[in-house]
Amino acid sequence: MRAPRQAVEIVFDHATKRYPGRAVPAVDDLSLRIPAGEICCLVGPSGGGKTTAMKLVNRLVELTSGDVRVDGRSVRSLDETELRRGIGYVIQQVGLFPHLTVAENVATVPRLLRWSKSQVAERVDELLDLVDLPARDYRGRYASQLSGGERQRVGLARALAADPPLMLMDEPFGALDPITRTRLQRELLRIQRELRKTIIFVTHDIDEAILVGDRIAILREGGKLAQYDTPDALLARPGDDFVARFVGADRGIKRLSLKTLAEIELDPLDGVVAPSAPDGTTLRDALSLMLSAGSPRLVVLDGDGGAPRGVLTLERLSELLT
Amino acid sequence: MTSAGPVIPNFGEGSDCVTENRLFCTDWARDNWGGVLQPALVQHVELTAIAVGVGALIALGVALLTHRYPLLERPFGAFSAIVYTIPSLALFQLLVPVTGLTVTTVEVALVGYTLLILYRNALEGLRAAPPDVLEAARGMGLTPRQTLLRIQLPLALPAVIAGLRVAVVSTIALATVAALVIPQGLGYPIFLALREYFKTEIIAAGGLAVALALAADGLLVVVQRALVPWARTRRTA
Repeated sequence: MRAPRQAVEIVFDHATKRYPGRAVPAVDDLSLRIPAGEICCLVGPSGGGKTTAMKLVNRLVELTSGDVRVDGRSVRSLDETELRRGIGYVIQQVGLFPHLTVAENVATVPRLLRWSKSQVAERVDELLDLVDLPARDYRGRYASQLSGGERQRVGLARALAADPPLMLMDEPFGALDPITRTRLQRELLRIQRELRKTIIFVTHDIDEAILVGDRIAILREGGKLAQYDTPDALLARPGDDFVARFVGADRGIKRLSLKTLAEIELDPLDGVVAPSAPDGTTLRDALSLMLSAGSPRLVVLDGDGGAPRGVLTLERLSELLT
Repeated sequence: MTSAGPVIPNFGEGSDCVTENRLFCTDWARDNWGGVLQPALVQHVELTAIAVGVGALIALGVALLTHRYPLLERPFGAFSAIVYTIPSLALFQLLVPVTGLTVTTVEVALVGYTLLILYRNALEGLRAAPPDVLEAARGMGLTPRQTLLRIQLPLALPAVIAGLRVAVVSTIALATVAALVIPQGLGYPIFLALREYFKTEIIAAGGLAVALALAADGLLVVVQRALVPWARTRRTA
């Protein structure tokens, strides 16, 4: 297996997109830096220009002014076909080629890049394994024989096929039922831990952005950047009313979902008798447990059913949020 | 006019069946298979194959042009529709002064009638690729040419083959009229037998035309199954 390619940094430098005949720009003077190997979520209301901003990167939309640099090079200076072949592209409707099998779909870009047959076949099997679709069962199927979740897994495998250092994902899980969506979000994070791509992930769902993003850029109507920050900072210190409203009045609770019991300091046990939870539980779920059990304390276990490690109190939780 | 002319029933020597011009005489059909029916059948296949083949090439070419330049759709659509409405006898009359009593006259007319259905289906086929599929193709770095060859043309196949089925069946029927211009095809024995009202020959040649149409249609269904495997398999629950 080849060593995974090094992820790249992406810089939006006063990037602007105006459509002729429209008073308001689709993307207005957007400047932000996405460090290599991170997931940046673009969120915002419809009309916020998040998809347009994403498409500036692979030049499905051309810049009006400003620049977008991938790994230090302006996208304007690159051949658009080559640029696109080096960027994984995943869309909500997946867009699998219906006349090609799963294996042929995944092989699309490697074939365009003229990899050898054996290289392509090996890569296809490797990727189907990665997205948890056993190659033996799925290689020969057509899109019409797959469920929605399976299709998006194939879409993800296809985008990863040539090992691009950069991925663009446009509401990739937006059309899936909640259970499938949650599973795929977790799988994306698992895959990302392995591959460390730079990913631009467009979503209108702030909860998805908080779960998936290392950083979140909130865009408002007219394509203006409202705030660009880590999920924790965004929830703790929304920059203005728009952002505060967008992240929701329950942003304190949302912040609690960013951490697990294993990541915080606990009070000593001291023979406290209280309901218990494994230390992999998020603080948000822990709070829910305490409230529903009517207990101001929770005993934290070392792993599922392991030895007690310490005690979480309501006071401690509220300290964490202030 | 032709060496492989039909045998006009000789009422003196024929079987009772032929002499009495009963509905269908197997012995006559058997005796005249090699001399009359088989050559006419082969000619009929040739007439049809050339007409549909040339028609398909023209229709596909024009559909590709239209797909590229949508402004052409109205004029091309109108032209093929107008050709389609001209009665075949009138069209032959129009062409004979130009191309004479030749195969060309027949083929020009037959090709004209295939154009409407083949062109419309080819165009519909080229437009069958869903927008998300095209966006994915573009985003992955397929050039417009690669998108056409690898995505749009294969996805056009079901509609193109559906058009071919209709065109083949209607051309087989229409090609019998070619006997008015040239002594070829299954229409010619029918044409001659009509003079004597010789039932066996009319039924034999007509029956062959029907059988040919059914066989050609069946063959195209088999071709479609082979070329469009993705449409056969619906999602297994």
